[in-house]
Amino acid sequence: MADLKPSPASLRPLSPHLQIYKPMLTMMMSIVHRITGAALYFGTLLLAWWLLAAASGPTAYGKFQWAMESLVGQLVLFGYTWALIHHMLGGIRHLIWDTGRGFGPVEREWLALANLIGSIGLTLLLWIVGLLVTGGAS
Amino acid sequence: MVEITLPKNSRVTEGKTWPHNPGAKREREFRIYRWNPDDSENPRVDTYFVDLDDCGPMVLDALIWIKSKIDPTLTFRRSCREGVCGSCSMNIDGTNTLACTRGMNEIKGDVRIYPLPHMPVIKDLVPDLTTFYAQYASIEPWLKTETPEPQKEWKQSKEDREKLDGLYECILCACCTTSCPSYWWNGDRYMGPAALLQAQRWIVDSRDEKTGERLDFLEDPFRLYRCHTIMNCSKACPKGLNPAKAIAEIKKKMVERQV
Repeated sequence: MADLKPSPASLRPLSPHLQIYKPMLTMMMSIVHRITGAALYFGTLLLAWWLLAAASGPTAYGKFQWAMESLVGQLVLFGYTWALIHHMLGGIRHLIWDTGRGFGPVEREWLALANLIGSIGLTLLLWIVGLLVTGGAS
Repeated sequence: MVEITLPKNSRVTEGKTWPHNPGAKREREFRIYRWNPDDSENPRVDTYFVDLDDCGPMVLDALIWIKSKIDPTLTFRRSCREGVCGSCSMNIDGTNTLACTRGMNEIKGDVRIYPLPHMPVIKDLVPDLTTFYAQYASIEPWLKTETPEPQKEWKQSKEDREKLDGLYECILCACCTTSCPSYWWNGDRYMGPAALLQAQRWIVDSRDEKTGERLDFLEDPFRLYRCHTIMNCSKACPKGLNPAKAIAEIKKKMVERQV
């Protein structure tokens, strides 16, 4: 007769998860919310650098300005702006959820989309206005 | 903790391609996760061809067809075949659902079937649900009272009874809980959507007199608050329930009782 002992639990494989689950908007938005939240830590370092440079005098501030006016610096700043706005709008979404609203099949998709479109739109708007006001030079 | 890859013994390999059906006019390709506890091999994905003119319309019909016509070793749970028992829950076409209520025509391309995600596999499509059931038991899913039992039944107004709608219908299929990334990473400490939906079912029950104790049990950074409103649960539920909303209601109650 065949050995009917169950296989020890430790030998059991783990079924696939992230590898096979269909990526869905709300799930992706949750991941992006986490990533932008983590990115804000680095953004805060930039902010601290800016304040320290401003307090330290023209040489230090010149270095900060040079770094931020470079192409890489501008890209980092643009990314930081988007991360900040995206995470903030995500926070508002969480506030709405905390009141027990926004869970229906239509609302949850709509809120996720609004979060995404809103963050991209506001970031672009902020940069366009910023560039117009400063005339391109920061 | 977040895991991007699977442990070594769990990596899925390409399996066997079973032959086509001679004479079949309409065939559908099925790619199904297999793991046999009796050999020491890794899980694999087998390919089957189902003769649609000889088979019912649901994914479960196809699984039963494969088991009786092609490969009797294919292992899965099923019972009622009408969305009531919750046995045939599995990952079909990338989302968790019941094989018996998911029509083959709702799926584009090949039908890919895996066990419920991030669970220990007993065999093929059969996951070990021990922890899942233990978590359900831990919320003490029964009426708890202090006042002496009434002569007849515990009465409830029509309005109070309606508060249980959307909660009592849960069939414990585990589709929601195993769709939740928070549960994947912290399933040992986070209760998961199904157990929390059931907790809410007893928290809002007007006859239950232990609401405070029930909330105390859940007031924990992991048991309740690992829910980050990812909402895979509500999207997966084959009964159309909304665990994410039920969890939000518990979180609300936690705040309300403090103010």
